[in-house]
Amino acid sequence: MNTDAAGLGRTRAVGFVLPALVLIGVFLIFPALWTIYLGLTDFRLTGLAAANPQIVGMDNYTAALGDERFRTSLWLTVQFVLGSAIIGQVGLGFSIAWALRNRTGPVKRAVEGLVLLAWILPSSVVAFLWIALLDRDQGTLNALLHTPGFAWLLDHPMLSIIIFNTWRGTAFSMMLYGAALESVPPSHLETARLAGASTFQQLRDVVFPRIRGHMLTNLLLISLWTFNDFTSFQITAGGPEGRSEIVPVYIYNVALGSGQLGFGAAVSFLVLIINLVLALVYLRLLRARRGVAA
Amino acid sequence: MTVQDRTAEGPPAVKVETDRVRHAVAVIGRATFLAVAGGFFALPLLWLATAPFDLHPTITTSVPEFTLRNFRALLDNPYVLSSLGNSVLQAAASAALVVILAALAAYALSRVRIPGRDALLYVLLLLSSVVTGTAAMVPIFELATRLNLIDTHLGVVLTLSGGLLPAAIFILKDFMDGTPTSYEESARVFGASPLQILRHIVVPVIRPGLATIAVWSVASVWGSFLTPFILLRDPAKAPGAVILYTLYTEGGSPRLDLISTFSLLYSLPVVLMYVFVSRRYGFRFHGGIKR
Amino acid sequence: MISLHGLTKEFPGGVRAVDALDLEIADGEFFALLGPSGCGKTTLLRTIAGLETPTSGRIVIGSADVTGLAPGRRDVAMVFQDYALYPHMDVTANIAYPLRIKKVPRAEREAKAAETASRLSLSELLARRPAQLSGGQQQRVALARAIACHPKAFLFDEPLSNLDARMRLEARTFLKRLQRELAVTTVFVTHDQGEALAMADRIAVMSAGRIMQVGTPSEVFQRPANTFVASFIGSTPMNLLPGVVKDGTLRVAGAALPLAPGLADGDEIVYGLRPEYMDLSASARDDAFAGQVSVVENLGTSFLVTLETTSDSGDHLVQAVVPEDAEPAPGTSAWAVPRHPRALVYRDGELVVA
Repeated sequence: MNTDAAGLGRTRAVGFVLPALVLIGVFLIFPALWTIYLGLTDFRLTGLAAANPQIVGMDNYTAALGDERFRTSLWLTVQFVLGSAIIGQVGLGFSIAWALRNRTGPVKRAVEGLVLLAWILPSSVVAFLWIALLDRDQGTLNALLHTPGFAWLLDHPMLSIIIFNTWRGTAFSMMLYGAALESVPPSHLETARLAGASTFQQLRDVVFPRIRGHMLTNLLLISLWTFNDFTSFQITAGGPEGRSEIVPVYIYNVALGSGQLGFGAAVSFLVLIINLVLALVYLRLLRARRGVAA
Repeated sequence: MTVQDRTAEGPPAVKVETDRVRHAVAVIGRATFLAVAGGFFALPLLWLATAPFDLHPTITTSVPEFTLRNFRALLDNPYVLSSLGNSVLQAAASAALVVILAALAAYALSRVRIPGRDALLYVLLLLSSVVTGTAAMVPIFELATRLNLIDTHLGVVLTLSGGLLPAAIFILKDFMDGTPTSYEESARVFGASPLQILRHIVVPVIRPGLATIAVWSVASVWGSFLTPFILLRDPAKAPGAVILYTLYTEGGSPRLDLISTFSLLYSLPVVLMYVFVSRRYGFRFHGGIKR
Repeated sequence: MISLHGLTKEFPGGVRAVDALDLEIADGEFFALLGPSGCGKTTLLRTIAGLETPTSGRIVIGSADVTGLAPGRRDVAMVFQDYALYPHMDVTANIAYPLRIKKVPRAEREAKAAETASRLSLSELLARRPAQLSGGQQQRVALARAIACHPKAFLFDEPLSNLDARMRLEARTFLKRLQRELAVTTVFVTHDQGEALAMADRIAVMSAGRIMQVGTPSEVFQRPANTFVASFIGSTPMNLLPGVVKDGTLRVAGAALPLAPGLADGDEIVYGLRPEYMDLSASARDDAFAGQVSVVENLGTSFLVTLETTSDSGDHLVQAVVPEDAEPAPGTSAWAVPRHPRALVYRDGELVVA
C-alpha cells in the first residue's frame, strides 16, 4: 500500500541506488563476466601475449582438464571441503553447540569465546599461529606430543590445513546450531527422555528432523566458503610440491605466480560455475523456507 | 526418569543404580569433551598471549619471562606502523563507502517500488556469494591494471567495497523494512522534504544497522589478505595483513619479537570491535555476515 | 472546511479503495469515517493528507484546492495509528519537530512544545523518550505534536485502537473535550461504531469505497439509511427480519404488524428493530414474535434474550434486551413485542421513508 513513504519519487530513488550498483557492476559483475572472455584467450602477465592476446577458444579448458596438477588440485579441494567443512566444522560445531545447550555461565562463555576468537582474528595472524604450532623444531605441538622433529607441514600438509580450517571456521556452525537447538521445544526432548530415549535416539528422532533446514543452510554456506578459502596459502602456499595446492591456491600460483592469466581465468570460471550451483541451491532453500514461514 | 522403568530385568534398585552411573558418565563425558574442545581452540592462541611478553620469545609456547621490551621492535621495522596506518585508511574508507552507498540503495529499495527490485536483490545476493576473491582474482588484477589502480589505496578500497556492498544492502534493507513507514509519513505531513526526512528520521532510526554494517566492513577489510596482496606491490602501501605475511615468509630466521607483538597489535581492533558489537547490540545472527 | 468532490482512488490492480466520493465536512466539526476494515476509510484519510494521490476528483481544504499539493503544504496534521513518535527524540523534540521543519528558532519552538505539553499534562515527561512512555502518554504526545503546528485540520487514524480497553474510554472523553476546546476541524477513522457514536458530531459510514450514510450519531443510530448501516451500527446487532406486505399488514416471522406508510401489497421488505426497542411478554399476542428462549446473555445492567421463532417464512432468531431481574428462563416460550414507532422497514436494502 505504501509505495513511497518519504515521497522520494522514482527518479531520486534510482539516483540513490545507482552509485552502489555502479560500484558493484564494475568490481563484481564485470570481473565475473570478463573471466569468461579472458578464459578464452592466451593472455599472459608478461611477454608477447600480454600485449596482444589471441583468442584460443576452449584450449585453456581442455588444457586444464588434461593437466595432472589441476586434477590433483581439484581432488585436494574435495578432500579439503569434505574434511574441514563438512566433517570438521559441522561435526565439531554441532557437538559443541549440543554440549553447551541450556548451559550458562563461565564455561559456556569461555568455550564460545575461544571458538569465536579463532574465527574473527585476521587470517595472517592465525596462519602464523599455526605455523608456529606445527613448527618442526620448536613447535608447541611437537613439544606436547614429545615428537621432536616431526614435520607436520611437510609430511602431512593436507591434514594440517584441514585441521587448521576446522579450527578456523567452526564458530559459524557452532553459532548456527546453537540458534537451531534453541528452536527445538524443550517439551519435545523431555517427551523423548520420559519415553527412555538415549541421546542418540533423541538426536535422531527429535533434534535432526527439527533442524534439517538449518543443517542444509549451514552445509551449503560453509562448503561455498571453504571451497573459496585462500587462507591456507599463507600456511603452506600449496606446497610442498603442490601437495596442499587446493584450487584457490592453484589459480593464484598459475595466474599470478607464473603469469598465465588466460589459463587462470578459465579455471576461475569453473570455480564460478560451482559457486553458482551451490548458491542457487542455497537461495532456493532459503526461498522455500520463507515460503513456509509466510 | 527412573520411576518409569518397570522392566523385568532386575529389581528397581539395580536399575536406579545403572541410571545413576549412566548419568554420571554423561556428565563426565560432556565435561571432558568441552575441555578437549576448549584446549584445541586455545592451543594455537596461547602463543599469541605469551610470546609478545616473553623476554626471549621462541616458536614454542612457554610461560614468559615478562617484558614489554618486544613492543619496541615495532618501531624498528619501517613498514610495521605504516602498514597499520594503511589498514586503518583502507578499512575506514571502505566502511564509509559501503555504509553510505548501501544505506542510500537500501532505503530506496525498501521504500520505493522500483521495477525489477526483487529480481535485483536476488541477483545481488547471489553475486555476493558467487563472485569471491578467489574466482575473480584474475580479472580484478587485470581491471586494476587497466584503470591504473594497481598500487593505490583506492583500488583496494573499491574492490573490497564492491564485494561487501550486496550483503550490506541486503541487511540494511531488512532493517529498513522493519521500521514503520509512518515515521516518514508523519514527517512528510509536517512538511519535511525527503532529504530532511532522511537526515532527521531515517538515519537516526536505523543507526544500529549502520553501525553493524560499519563494524562488519571494517572487520572484513582489516582481515582481508588476498585483494591487497595482489593489488599492492609497494610495501609502503600494504596493510598489516600483507606486511605480517611477508615478515614470516621472507628469508632468514623470523624476528619473533616483532611478529608476536605485531600480531597482537593487529588482532586487537577486531577483538575489541567484536566485544563492542556484542555488548552494544547483542550478537545477532545475520545468516553468515562474516565471510 | 474540507470538501471532497468525486474523489476516486484506484490502486494498481484495479481495486477502488475510494469510489467517486462526495463529502462536506464543516468548520470545527468532529467527523468520523466509520466502516469495516478494507472499506477505504484509511485510504480516504491518507488521500486527504496527501499521502495517496487520488486517481480523480478534487480535495478542497478551507478555500484552497489542495488536490495537487504535497502533504506538507496542506496545513493538516495527522496522528497515526501507531503514533509515529520518533524513537530517537525526547518528548520535547518530538512535539517541536513540525516547528523545526518550519524553521522556528530552537528556543521558541521548545517553549511552544512545553506550553502544548503542559496543556496535555505532559510536563513531567518532556525529557523522556517514547519507549519510556505508556500507551496513553504516547498518544497524548502524538496529539501535542499535531496541536503544536496549528493546522487547519486534524486527521486521526484509529486514534484509540492502540490503547487498552480501560484507557480507551478515558481517552475518548479526553479527545472529545480537547477537540471542542480547540475547535479545529477533525476527521478521524475508526472501525468501532461505539467510538464513532460517542465522539463524532457527524459520521460517514463507509463500505467498499462508498459512503453508505452521513449523519449525526442519533440519525445514524436511530434511522440507518440502509440494511448495511443498520447491521453495522449498534453494540447489539439490529434484528433484520424478512417479511412481506399482505392484506394491509406486514407479515414478519409469524407476526402480523401494522403497515407503515409508503408500502404496497406484495412488497418484499426487511423489518428492522433494535433489540433495545423490543419488549418481552409472557402471554401470547398477534403483533409479537412468538418463540422459544434459546440463549440469555448477561450484559451487566440488562439481558440480551434470543428467541427462536418458527413460521411459514422459515426459522428466525429474534433478539430483545430486557431489564435485569426480568429475564426469562431458557426453554420457555415468550413473545417479543416491537415498539412500533422505532421500527424501520427496508425495501431493496433502502429505508422506506414515509
